[in-house]
Amino acid sequence: MLTAPKLDYALLAPILIILGAALLGVIVEAFVKQALRARLQLAIALTGIIIAFEQLYRVRNEGSSIAAVTSVSIDGSGIFIQGAILVFAFLGILIIADQDHFAPQASALPGSSEEASALESGKQQTEVFPLTLFAVSGAMLFPIATDFITLFVALEVLSLPLYLMVGLSRRRRLLSQEAALKYFLLGAYSSAFFLFGSALLYGYSGSLSLNGLTDAIKGSGGNDVFLLLGAAFLSVGLLFKIGAVPFHSWTPDVYQGAPTPITGFMAAATKAAAFGATLRIFYIGLDAAQVSWKPAIAGIAVITMVFGSIAAISQRDIKRMLALSSIAHTGFVLTAVVSLNKSALSATLFYLVAYGFATIGAFGIVTLVRDSAGEVTDINRWVGLGKKSPLVAAVFSLFLLSFAGIPLTSGFVGKFAIFSAAYESGNIYLVVAGVLSSAIAVFFYLRLILMLFFADATSGSVSVVIPSLLTRIAISICAIATLVLGLAPSLLFDVAQNFAYFLR
Amino acid sequence: MSILTTLQLLPLFGAIVIAVLPVGNAKLIKQTALGFSLLVTAVSLFMAFSFKTDEAALQFTETRSWISAFNINYSVGIDGMALALILMTTILVPIVFLAGWNESENGRWSVKVFYILLLILETMMIGVFAATDVFLFYVIFEAMLLPVYFLIGGYGVGERAAAAMKFLLYSLFGGLLMLAALIGLYIISTNQGGGTFDIAKLSELTIDAPTQNWLFLGFFIAFAIKAPLWPLHTWLPTAAKSATAGTSTLLLGVLDKVGTYGMIRFCMNFFPEATKTFTPAIITLAVISILYGAFLAIGQKDINSLIAFTSISHFGFITLGIFALTSQGLTGAIFYMVNHGFSTAALFLTAGWMIKRRGSSMISDFGGLQRVTPVLAWSFFLAGMSALALPGLSSFISEFLVLVGSFAKYPVAAILGTTGIILAALYVLIVVQKSLHGETPETNKGILDLNLREKIAIAPVIVVLVVLGFYPKPVLSVINTTTQTIMTHAGVSDPIAKVAK
Repeated sequence: MLTAPKLDYALLAPILIILGAALLGVIVEAFVKQALRARLQLAIALTGIIIAFEQLYRVRNEGSSIAAVTSVSIDGSGIFIQGAILVFAFLGILIIADQDHFAPQASALPGSSEEASALESGKQQTEVFPLTLFAVSGAMLFPIATDFITLFVALEVLSLPLYLMVGLSRRRRLLSQEAALKYFLLGAYSSAFFLFGSALLYGYSGSLSLNGLTDAIKGSGGNDVFLLLGAAFLSVGLLFKIGAVPFHSWTPDVYQGAPTPITGFMAAATKAAAFGATLRIFYIGLDAAQVSWKPAIAGIAVITMVFGSIAAISQRDIKRMLALSSIAHTGFVLTAVVSLNKSALSATLFYLVAYGFATIGAFGIVTLVRDSAGEVTDINRWVGLGKKSPLVAAVFSLFLLSFAGIPLTSGFVGKFAIFSAAYESGNIYLVVAGVLSSAIAVFFYLRLILMLFFADATSGSVSVVIPSLLTRIAISICAIATLVLGLAPSLLFDVAQNFAYFLR
Repeated sequence: MSILTTLQLLPLFGAIVIAVLPVGNAKLIKQTALGFSLLVTAVSLFMAFSFKTDEAALQFTETRSWISAFNINYSVGIDGMALALILMTTILVPIVFLAGWNESENGRWSVKVFYILLLILETMMIGVFAATDVFLFYVIFEAMLLPVYFLIGGYGVGERAAAAMKFLLYSLFGGLLMLAALIGLYIISTNQGGGTFDIAKLSELTIDAPTQNWLFLGFFIAFAIKAPLWPLHTWLPTAAKSATAGTSTLLLGVLDKVGTYGMIRFCMNFFPEATKTFTPAIITLAVISILYGAFLAIGQKDINSLIAFTSISHFGFITLGIFALTSQGLTGAIFYMVNHGFSTAALFLTAGWMIKRRGSSMISDFGGLQRVTPVLAWSFFLAGMSALALPGLSSFISEFLVLVGSFAKYPVAAILGTTGIILAALYVLIVVQKSLHGETPETNKGILDLNLREKIAIAPVIVVLVVLGFYPKPVLSVINTTTQTIMTHAGVSDPIAKVAK
């Protein structure tokens, strides 16, 4: 006879609250009339996130590896990343709320009369709110999941809404739809790899859980070929999601095609979630077999850093440039994954938050720079922005300086923490590679700042729209966080240190 | 709160005050900035008088926890070397404000931004010499590039954006290498009983030779770019050519000193063995810098580039003095750092006035200024004499000490360096002759002489150059204690002269 599993609802509540809010959003779509929907959805989403965060804060010091039988393990790192995702989601939604970025009716063919009439009647695709919340719930489950089935479900719950959201752009719709399709196909492919890897690892260890896998590796029971192949396939799925070379090719296209608020949310939140899961899998599941995967991941980290930094130089599109820079950042964080020590874990947690704030802020600013046809992402037309809108240009430069890792910004502290963790673990070559690729990356960040401030505006130059209140709040929070975490990093770093542990 | 912290925060406070002043009132902004910088000078002089010259330990220390996870502290404290450099900074800043009263008005941004940037820069310049936590030093070392970047790019002339970019990229590249070495040092200290960034504690570490060599290089390359040493100097002439006279003064006079300061404070202090290993190579580079800078200076057509190349030559002397590893050489090098600050200030500021009045920076456009503008001409002449180390001016003493100190150990280098003095006479006298003497062309007849403000600005610089030339004891006695401490720690001693029978 089956007995109902015992669930620790208090610990699972943050995810459940977000799922509840998402479902409520679906109901609103069905029953509330068009005019009220956008505001109501926004209120539901924000309230849901705040309540979830509050609940998470309440249980922050509790940990359990049996909250849902053995499927999830709620521990320091998990809670920290969940909190980060909720904060990113909150900021993301504030920018998403500016509906000007989304297609009025996603199902209408681009350029069709149906689209034109939808545009005219002022329709809005408010489904984006519940979709975001579904993605958030997946993102929150992904870093705490401890068996392969839950991991896979979380990965899909996280990814499927994102595939849709990428295709919702109001302008340049074909590009957006192409990006969505590309993301979907490649994403499905990588999910298959992930699943296949899980199956092989199950074959190796006879268990679906990460703990079982560790025990099997320690007991050296199974066939090592299964272990290696399984680990490799699993890694492909994860590396795809975090956007590491050579599984990165979707990143520039998707970042460019997606509506910019979605890009910002995606870059910050999915990266945090995917890294959370990656850390757990490598630190808990595959730790005992580190001899076999460490060199490969270290190599990928180096290639990712160097590639991202070099490829970004030639970019002329600001969103693609930020996408490639995010690839370089993935390489930096992978350095920490390889380091496999407690300081690397806390460094990663700090880095993900610091990077997330700067990313959401930077994409938030991209949404503001427009001409009559919508956002302008051609870098050459950003020339002279510092003269026209000094504040916007200055804040954007702050984010760029943080990406570049210039002292007194959060990015510098993150980079420092990660490099010292890598050095501590003896991977000095990773530090050297990181430092050199930072030196390359500095070039294109600075060139952009130079264009903003030191070049005179041309006739093709763009202007900045006056941001909506919500966007303004979001960007301000990001800018303040970037500065404060650079000046007084202890505020977050001490927290990250306290939370830098995994429960088995 | 230590007086050092007060001194650092004062200019920053000034910047905040200026930030709330109305943009339109340029005069008020300038007066406020000048007022604050003079206040800083007063406080720093007060600090200098309460400094105990014969004490080897750091003074006016203060430590507060900053990033506890890495045991990073806000800790400051000064010894004689730091005091001398801080005094140089705080005296130069008001002079730069006064001398370049109008240079902020043709910039890309407002006068207000100019003074905010300069005051922030002053905070950082004091902080970088006062820091006794390597991490704090590094953060300021890197962060201070940004104000300079915006000062060059926003208020300079000519290819200012490209010059600013080149300056920043070079410096950041060096900085990143230093970051890697810094992390290495931190991890080594972690393995030897508690991670720390405290300079005193880090200098007690035992590091094996290969690691020392790598870490030394990480630090040294950063400082050699900053100083700048041949072949890492190429950013300097472009930056000096594009920056305003005031920015150039602070860039070459103060910021570049961080490079040579760092060589003494960090390279020698942390890695005594590696210092000895690399000394021959560095001495060679220093001599090349002396000669290369001097030769190129002779060939320059642009006054600002000329001054930049003379500085490369002078930085060669300073590096030679440091790595001669004798007490005379080291004292001479530190004293040279101070003198070079004032001497470069005199050159850049007077040249800046000449360029502004003539509307061109080409040497060939000048001539016969002695007749039309005697005060300006004499000031420029004196500045030039100080650059060629004329006896009676302070730079002579330091150059002499450097050469004597290095001759004891590296006679060939010292002799080659001495030819640098002859070349210096050449490049200075050529520009003096071409610009000040001869017939006054029609175009230059209308040039006005220095006004009262400019006279007040240049007077203290000349007074310092002359007074220290005849009576260097106050500065030397401050520096000497530091020199002895450093020499003892690095485990080097002066060679004993052989007496002929």
